[in-house]
Amino acid sequence: MNDLEQTRPRKLKLHILRANPQDPADQPHMQCFELEEAEGMTLFIALNEIRETQDPSLSFDFVCRAGICGSCAMLINGQPGLACRALTQNLPVEISLTPLPVFKLIADLSVDTGSWMRDMSERLETWVQGSDVDRDLDDFEQRMEPQLARDIYELERCIECGCCIAACGTAHMRPEFVGAVGLNKLGRFRLDPRDERDDAAMYELIGNDSGVFGCMTLLGCDDMCPKELPLATQIAFLRRKMARQGLKK
Amino acid sequence: MRVIHTDVLIVGGGLAGLRVAIGAKRRGHEAMVLSLVPPKRSHSAAAQGGMQASLANCVKGRGDNEDVHFADTVRGSDWGADQRVVRMFVNTAPKAVREMAAWGVPWNRVERGARTAIINGETVSLEESDEAHGLIDARDFGGTKKWRTSYVSDGTGHSMLYTMSDQAIAQDIPVHERTEAIALIHDGGRCYGAIVRHLVTGELLAYVAKATCIASGGFGRIYRVTTNAVISEGIGGAIALETGVAAMGNMEAVQFHPTGIFPAGILVTEGCRGDGGLLLDDREHRFMPDYEPEKMELASRDVVSRRMEQHIKAGHGAKSRFGEHLWLDIRLLGQHHIDTKLREVKEICHHFLGIDPVRQLIAVRPAQHYSMGGIRTDHRGESPTLRGLFSAGEAACWDMHGFNRLGGNSVAETVVAGMIVGEYIADFCDGSEGEITVSTALIRQCWDQQKQHLSGLCDGKGSENAFELMRAMQQTMTDKVGIFRHGEQLQEAVSDLEGLLSRSRSIGVGRQLRGANPELVTAYRVQKMLKLALCVATGALQRVESRGAHYREDFPQRNDREWLKRTLALWPGSDASGPQLRYEELSVMDMELPPGWRGYGEKNHIDHPQTAERQDEVEAVQQRVGADRFAVQDALMPYRECLPSRFRGRNARLGEQDQ
Repeated sequence: MNDLEQTRPRKLKLHILRANPQDPADQPHMQCFELEEAEGMTLFIALNEIRETQDPSLSFDFVCRAGICGSCAMLINGQPGLACRALTQNLPVEISLTPLPVFKLIADLSVDTGSWMRDMSERLETWVQGSDVDRDLDDFEQRMEPQLARDIYELERCIECGCCIAACGTAHMRPEFVGAVGLNKLGRFRLDPRDERDDAAMYELIGNDSGVFGCMTLLGCDDMCPKELPLATQIAFLRRKMARQGLKK
Repeated sequence: MRVIHTDVLIVGGGLAGLRVAIGAKRRGHEAMVLSLVPPKRSHSAAAQGGMQASLANCVKGRGDNEDVHFADTVRGSDWGADQRVVRMFVNTAPKAVREMAAWGVPWNRVERGARTAIINGETVSLEESDEAHGLIDARDFGGTKKWRTSYVSDGTGHSMLYTMSDQAIAQDIPVHERTEAIALIHDGGRCYGAIVRHLVTGELLAYVAKATCIASGGFGRIYRVTTNAVISEGIGGAIALETGVAAMGNMEAVQFHPTGIFPAGILVTEGCRGDGGLLLDDREHRFMPDYEPEKMELASRDVVSRRMEQHIKAGHGAKSRFGEHLWLDIRLLGQHHIDTKLREVKEICHHFLGIDPVRQLIAVRPAQHYSMGGIRTDHRGESPTLRGLFSAGEAACWDMHGFNRLGGNSVAETVVAGMIVGEYIADFCDGSEGEITVSTALIRQCWDQQKQHLSGLCDGKGSENAFELMRAMQQTMTDKVGIFRHGEQLQEAVSDLEGLLSRSRSIGVGRQLRGANPELVTAYRVQKMLKLALCVATGALQRVESRGAHYREDFPQRNDREWLKRTLALWPGSDASGPQLRYEELSVMDMELPPGWRGYGEKNHIDHPQTAERQDEVEAVQQRVGADRFAVQDALMPYRECLPSRFRGRNARLGEQDQ
């Protein structure tokens, strides 16, 4: 960044999908905003500048603006990604921004990932289920192998941004598909000895077309995950385990 | 007008709010959570480095216990904290870590055998014991005598929040996402819930509850340069302030974190320095030992941030086109360490600075980070003046942080306060005080008032621009109510903010939109935020001493004689131009740890007249009672009765099992 040559700033053209489902008269359409690029500009900065100086009605979601909370996923030139950490210098002059597909549209670039994720969590019961949950808090914690703790964290880094769902062929066709986000979560609990569910219990949750057998192995999830989680490996692993479990039945 | 009823209404879906909800629900009360965003997006997720609890498992944590954690926290607070609350906190923190472990947080674990660590710039060898293998590990953090910070790589808050949120789902607790409480329903003595705006549909609702708990986090966004998430605007606190009955405590106590990346202000964790990272100046000279020989980079945050700004003022800042900054050097930690324990830091450096911290220096400068102040509560988490209103976490002034919070103590506070306040709210709802008699007329009146207010913003008569006022407020706070404060500048800040507040009463929202209306949201929020900003600036102007994060260049000494007291700010009426301030004395004679030097920072405070007397008493008690640390503690400052009975037990600890 320090070696950038001093040239005249680019004039960015942001083509943004505008839509307000709350207004029956509203027609979704693309709107173009022009903006002078600044040093170190991210889409977080650009969109806020547009809202503050050009159109105060523009809706979008940012929370942490640091790439850790997963609020701001959208399609950036057609590809799902986190807008807060998308530097405009890495994008062409013409930038198209559209909301994530699959999720319910709130307005413009804002979508309802929250209800989708909660529904997935309720269906897959994404919490530790075991007898130790209500243990005596004065006592030592249960021991865990250090490497296992690190392995669990590796899968727990998911931020539920929805990029894997937006990039998933099955999720587009099958609304009840739990997606890579859901499968990865169950993979995480499968690894965790504190969770006492066995593969038979897991099979009940994901041993069908809404679960691990719905995946068509297009690998969009793995390509688009902003946290670079090993989603393809996880799904392949779970499918093997679940297929074996299915044969036992 | 739709009215929704529940037993416990919780404003805020971060760690504190969710833990309160779980606590109340487990005791048989209906709990409902309001959240601006899906709860897993809450700012709790941004806590990177870890959570303090005196588990004493790792070799550098040996000898740690509640007493050491207590003393570190009180010293960190510069004696501004309520010491009984600190005791409650340090006794519950190990239980909180262990509860989170049982619920699924993959805490990093101690690995037996030899390991190396970077301490004070040198590689040292450590040997972890067999008996600690597999127990929860800890890293070093600022202002602590022991390695006490439990962690999950540098995604601790994320991991905790996901675990907590999934537990709330397991308990079937409803979270009303994208809703915002914009006023409390109250009659001047009792709180009955809140008037709530739905951020998607724009609908205005009334939520009626036996107990209302504000757990909406801090108000960092009143500053331009802050590490805080964009939702950390303090609206939960502001609606308590606007009642005119609930008070805000110590609003001038605002923390600046030493390592916000420059210029974006995004946080990189204190764990960088805890794990051995160094601060360098423009000549790549390590300057902190020159100022702070005792703790160096690991003095408390207020001290390190001040030393950094002092060093920049002395002409040693690195220059860039955005201004001056310093460098954080974690190269010495090595690729493996960074790839496993500082991976968010690495990602942030990559995406926002375009650098690789394994090989390059990180540009940093202090940025607003934490609000020690908040809604004043008693040790149970309830407002002493507005019954039925509770608060927990960063939104509250409980008050365990005083004038400076230690790193790792905030994410710990969220869970600990959630546990304790959750129990007290359940007690409250169980008792007769929990019953409410509220008229529909009062609910209607509160609702109408808000409805009119929102319509007024959109009626076309106002001419002021909400975004412009927001920017001006944030600039004023960053320029004039920052790390170094001065009477003249603070006076200017107060005048500027009064002017902005007055202008904010004529905001005009350009468009009447159905549903989401970001301009309207900014309009009503900036009106509220200006009131918070005025509490901060006025509190800072009136407090003519330096304590913790509040530093007055014109009054550089900590003055226990005049200022060993907590500031209380009340908003006297909707037309008021500023807060009314009162002060609450902190009693030296009740302190377990009487005021003294912190062990870092300046050595020039003015003693309270009773400090020597209390110090003698404390020493006499220690002599008399002898070696049993629990007995000594109890003789000095009994506090166990303040804790809910289920959290009074002694914490198991290696080497202490026989006690």
